[in-house]
Amino acid sequence: MGAPTDLKYSNDHEWVRVEADQATVGVSDYAQGQLGGLVFIELPSVGDALIAGEAFGEVESVKSVSELIAPVSGEIVEVNTALEGAPETINNDPYGAGWIVKVALSEPAQLDELLDADAYEQHIS
Amino acid sequence: MSNEALKRTPLFEEQLALGAKMVPFAGYEMPVEYSSLIAEHEACRNSVGIFDVSHMGELRLSGAGAKDFLLRMLTNDLERIDEVGAAQYTLMLDEDGHIIDDLIVYNTGGEYLIVVNASNRETDLEWLSSQAPGDVEIVDESERTALVAVQGPKALQVIGELAGKDWTAPERFCIREALLDASLPALIARTGYTGEDGVEVFVHARDAVALWRLLLSFPEVSPAGLGARDTLRLEVCYSLYGSDMDRTRTPIEAGLGWVCPKTRSGYVGAEVIAAQREDPPAEVLRYLLLERGIPRHGYEVWSPDRLLGQVASGSHAPSLGRGIATAYLPREDTKPGTKVEVDIRGRRFPAEIVKPPFYHAQ
Repeated sequence: MGAPTDLKYSNDHEWVRVEADQATVGVSDYAQGQLGGLVFIELPSVGDALIAGEAFGEVESVKSVSELIAPVSGEIVEVNTALEGAPETINNDPYGAGWIVKVALSEPAQLDELLDADAYEQHIS
Repeated sequence: MSNEALKRTPLFEEQLALGAKMVPFAGYEMPVEYSSLIAEHEACRNSVGIFDVSHMGELRLSGAGAKDFLLRMLTNDLERIDEVGAAQYTLMLDEDGHIIDDLIVYNTGGEYLIVVNASNRETDLEWLSSQAPGDVEIVDESERTALVAVQGPKALQVIGELAGKDWTAPERFCIREALLDASLPALIARTGYTGEDGVEVFVHARDAVALWRLLLSFPEVSPAGLGARDTLRLEVCYSLYGSDMDRTRTPIEAGLGWVCPKTRSGYVGAEVIAAQREDPPAEVLRYLLLERGIPRHGYEVWSPDRLLGQVASGSHAPSLGRGIATAYLPREDTKPGTKVEVDIRGRRFPAEIVKPPFYHAQ
């Protein structure tokens, strides 16, 4: 699956969908493929601060643990708690039902530092 | 270890063609996963999974003194496999009662085949050779032997079809020759490491690819990697050498006293086992079941303000949807039913000490 062109991407393989001053964050299809089947997720809570470049949660496959690295800063306004019972949703639908958090952006200028789909495809090739 | 130094089994190319993710394991480049560890695990629990375990070592012992020699070198009662075709799980100890290796010994008629851990093959061979009298011959057949484990509730049906209708499957823990697809000479052992019914198929290395392709021609068969092999064995509490036991642990500590019959004496390490039966060791291998969180090797186990030990084997258990682990813990304070905590990257998760196994094959 190619990286959707309406999203922005971090070097750490998170994607961001921007709607006004709010952003939805998830992990890329490439990343979920590298992680393998996910069996556990540790999510942050609504109200927590997201700080670009810092870990905001963890995902685990049977064999490995990986941190979720925030692509942007802001306050978490919604958490996809359905993932706790079904972390494999991230594998099955990384850009849709596998979204992880929604944030109120505190520094929208950070978006300019993210990659567009073409640049991200280059990054992972 | 650089990749150049890693060995490959005769099935390496087949695995690459199937998209396997390869990792270094015991000096070999081995498939850890094909497409999905969990799907491979479930295939083995519900249908058939096949595992390339050609990295394991096969040693053949023959000669007039072979039986007496193995009676001295191995803990289990070899007299119980006097019948040709019988097999037995057993241990090899050093003089201190520490476990050199765990292995399966097969009576193949006038000689014994022993299947040992890949990582211990050289050590085992050196130890056995150093101890063997003149009337015992030991041949390392590992390089010319391929081994494929065919495991799962439909495994016997698949092997039965390949072996032909005149062939009868060996009883559990027995071994029998077969001619698969009327062309491939094989030794079929009704043994395995998954808790499921199934067999392990020994063929000449040159026949490995043909066997692998024959097995995969059945729609009910899926290739499975070392990742699934590990979750399958941990769910049923089969010990893994190097994690659940090693050269610092005795069978009594490792929960393998049942492999050292009380009626036996005279084998290497027997005095230590007898002494530990009288005066039990301070630490034993315990089994931990978590509500949530995945325990992993090296994580600390607490009670709750005292450090009890570290996780030996730990994983998510696909058949249970829970985290499971083994750990060497103080025997007195961790009887089954005891609540403990596992430190998972700085956070404590509750766990209960349970009686093995975590999972019973259906």
